[in-house]
Amino acid sequence: MDRVDLGGWFLHLLVLWFVAIGGPATILPDVHRYVVEMHHLVTTKEFAELYTLAQVAPGPNAMYVTLIGWHVAGLSGVAATTLPLLVPASTLTLLVGHLNERYPNAPLGRAIRRGLAPITIGLMFASATILMRAVNHDWRGYSMTLLTVTVVLLKPWNPLWLLAAGALAGIFGLV
Amino acid sequence: MEQTELERPRNSALALFLTFSRITLSGFGGLTFWTRYVLVERERWLTQREFLDLLVLAQLLPGPNALNLTVMVGYRFGRWKGAAAAVAGFLTCPCLVVIGLGVLYQHYGALPQFQRALTGMSIAAAGLLLSVVIKLATVLPRRLLPWLFGALAFVGVGVLRWPLPWVVAALAPWAVATAWKEKA
Repeated sequence: MDRVDLGGWFLHLLVLWFVAIGGPATILPDVHRYVVEMHHLVTTKEFAELYTLAQVAPGPNAMYVTLIGWHVAGLSGVAATTLPLLVPASTLTLLVGHLNERYPNAPLGRAIRRGLAPITIGLMFASATILMRAVNHDWRGYSMTLLTVTVVLLKPWNPLWLLAAGALAGIFGLV
Repeated sequence: MEQTELERPRNSALALFLTFSRITLSGFGGLTFWTRYVLVERERWLTQREFLDLLVLAQLLPGPNALNLTVMVGYRFGRWKGAAAAVAGFLTCPCLVVIGLGVLYQHYGALPQFQRALTGMSIAAAGLLLSVVIKLATVLPRRLLPWLFGALAFVGVGVLRWPLPWVVAALAPWAVATAWKEKA
């Protein structure tokens, strides 16, 4: 493992988040290139395991970077990896949020929101199918995903129960 | 439907902090599901349509989508203070949880039960995400073009696995121009 240059990592992530249109998954290849291939901070197997752990843990998916930061450098690693993701949100997003509240009926803003809504839904459908293919290895996995969808659409149950059911099914080798 | 400045509810910074703490702590496997569930179905702070409008902007902006959504919802209900409170609620617990997970991973990461439970939860999480897609799709207009844009975005990114920025750059101007003409 190389010695960790936290300042350099901080700056690298700062730049990445500003071009990360489309969310945490879009910067994954570049984060992998930096921590695994260039600086050998974690192995590629550790990278995948930490990523999965952060995906199923509570909190934003972007926290996989924080988890790698902790794994590599403890608390200062957490700071160096988490502060960069706050920067675009606290500048650009606040500005756009402000304009959107101030001029909710501006024709351009309206056209952008209405026009892009179907694209957003299509991209989320793509994420759902990629996630399904990553975790479902046979018909049992797919039937459990479909069962989850059906229950969510038909029953007002708290969805945490469905995740708990998934964990149990996994432990007992049903999926 | 259009709310004026006076009619719009103001929620206290504390309420925003607590609500976003709750969202983030339930948020296994992606936060879009939980943000929509808590804000639209449980608290009824936003309608389905308002949620979709904010989600679109959150996904357009750089940075984590769920965090952008948090900033905009916080700002809508409590201005600058609200945005800060929502973000604090949104990030404090996950930071602590992630550190706890890091410790667990260093000790038990190799246990097979641990890995199998993770897989089972991921399968259910994929189902939760799919259900959000189905629920949000119900507010799309029943016309050919919006559904065509949605289908093209899905095929480009999900099936052909083209880079997201290219797909969005190719579809977005066309989709926005279509929506613009419909309004005019």
